[in-house]
Amino acid sequence: MTTTTTDNPVYKLELASSPHLHSRWNTKQAMWLVVLALLPAVISAVIFFGFYQLLIIAVAIGFAVGTEAVIKKIRNQKVTITDGSGIITGLLLALILPPNFNLAFTAIGSVVAIGLGKEIFGGLGYNIFNPALVGRAFLQAAFPVPMTTWTKPNFTEVDSITTATPLSAFKFDSVATELSTMFIGNIGGSIGETSAIAILIGGLFLIFAGVVNYRVPAAMVIGAVIFGGIFWLIDPIAYPNPLFHLSAGGFLFGALFMATDWVTSPMTLKGMWIFGLGISLVLIIIRLFGGLPEGVMYAILFMNAFVPLINRYTRPRVFGEVK
Amino acid sequence: MKKQLTLSKEYLKGLWDQNPVFKQALGLCPVLAVTVSAINGIAMALATTFVLTSASLIISSIRKLIPTQVRIAAYILIIATFVTIVDLVMKAQFPELSKALGPYIPLIVVNCLILGRQEAFSSKNTVGRSLLDSLGMGTGFLIALFVLGGLREIFGTGTLLGFQVMPDFYEPWLVMILPAGAFLTLGLLFGAANSYLQKKEQDEKNYLIEKYLKAKKEADEMGGQAKWN
Repeated sequence: MTTTTTDNPVYKLELASSPHLHSRWNTKQAMWLVVLALLPAVISAVIFFGFYQLLIIAVAIGFAVGTEAVIKKIRNQKVTITDGSGIITGLLLALILPPNFNLAFTAIGSVVAIGLGKEIFGGLGYNIFNPALVGRAFLQAAFPVPMTTWTKPNFTEVDSITTATPLSAFKFDSVATELSTMFIGNIGGSIGETSAIAILIGGLFLIFAGVVNYRVPAAMVIGAVIFGGIFWLIDPIAYPNPLFHLSAGGFLFGALFMATDWVTSPMTLKGMWIFGLGISLVLIIIRLFGGLPEGVMYAILFMNAFVPLINRYTRPRVFGEVK
Repeated sequence: MKKQLTLSKEYLKGLWDQNPVFKQALGLCPVLAVTVSAINGIAMALATTFVLTSASLIISSIRKLIPTQVRIAAYILIIATFVTIVDLVMKAQFPELSKALGPYIPLIVVNCLILGRQEAFSSKNTVGRSLLDSLGMGTGFLIALFVLGGLREIFGTGTLLGFQVMPDFYEPWLVMILPAGAFLTLGLLFGAANSYLQKKEQDEKNYLIEKYLKAKKEADEMGGQAKWN
């Protein structure tokens, strides 16, 4: 029989590999804070696109968590669905899909996001690419037409079922959308990406709660203003102004929720600036010169691939080390 | 000297133990490029097998005549002869298939599977063994291309060998017939093959350990009389 001494506290030596970064929250708490921060975006989705979007979100989360549980079972590992990461992946994936998206496709996207985006690399913490974006990239390649069919938001006078997003309107028809409309979110676009104000509320909450580092979003905003601004100054008619870049498409959502993913963004402070600026540079190139109107997803995935390299070259010097 | 395999093993090793695609990862360029459908995969594999077998026969029969210094050039010349035959025959008899496979038929010349087998096997073995080896490798290549092409066709277009296998409501996944689908499918197949092998190895190890422990226990019970190496 073992005797437990209540007088002496039990000291446990925990062994972990570097980096020894300290965080205010443990993984589980942080994940639930992210879910909380995404609520304004979910509410804006219901306001602008209707209650059907909740069904998409439920299917995405259900299949993401289910896939994770099944794969962990097959591989005889501890089932870790309660850490909330599968829920986040499903929720994020649902919010970047087009409104009224097919539920079966949503389920495929969730399975791919968790299976190919995360578990195949070994689970949470080992993935190179943001799982939700992997899922969306797969859907974009598998079902290009449904993925670019944008249901119109609820409060428009135009009598049609679908609409163009501000980015495709600008790119293909040279129509600029009013910035104030884009700020509130009454525009065509992905489920949770249209309302800039709802995303900002959630994102700023995450930054002030200390869950995500402000450097990556800040670097992305600065990068978009610089790189977008250069082209705008060259030709204000052919190229949109930097504020349009900031509020259009998935920029804010990507900057605040996708690029700041703990696993797939750099660990060093200098690396975060490089990462954010890099995303913006790739994004502006895709938006202005690429074949697609929007490129936040590919820009973030592209820079995700560079994260190990960035970490390696921005490693802080050991104290006292002479160069 | 290395122990020679039995003749049947010489053929069978290409099917799985030394499968050109899953084990040796040879000739992946046509594997990835042409497998948008099962029929393309089969045609490519048959063309490759023909070139491989014919070249192996010629090279193994004249292996002592080829000077070592120019052997690669000699191999390529012989392989290119048969590739030209295949290319012309396919253009004349199966123009549609020839169009679908495009430049990948002429590119068989530089398929590393063919050159690799000549260098590693035909130049050192008898005609009979070379024939069996190349036929085995060709069959292994056929299996790999058929599996890959079949999977991509089922998911990418909902058919297999032109027959509809998926229900009507199935929406084809366009990505599977794009290059990205080839990499994804091949990677998953590699992963499945490797994890199967690892499991088998682990099982064998566990079995041996169990056997050892059991035998040791029995020996201990006998009073430690038995000898252990």
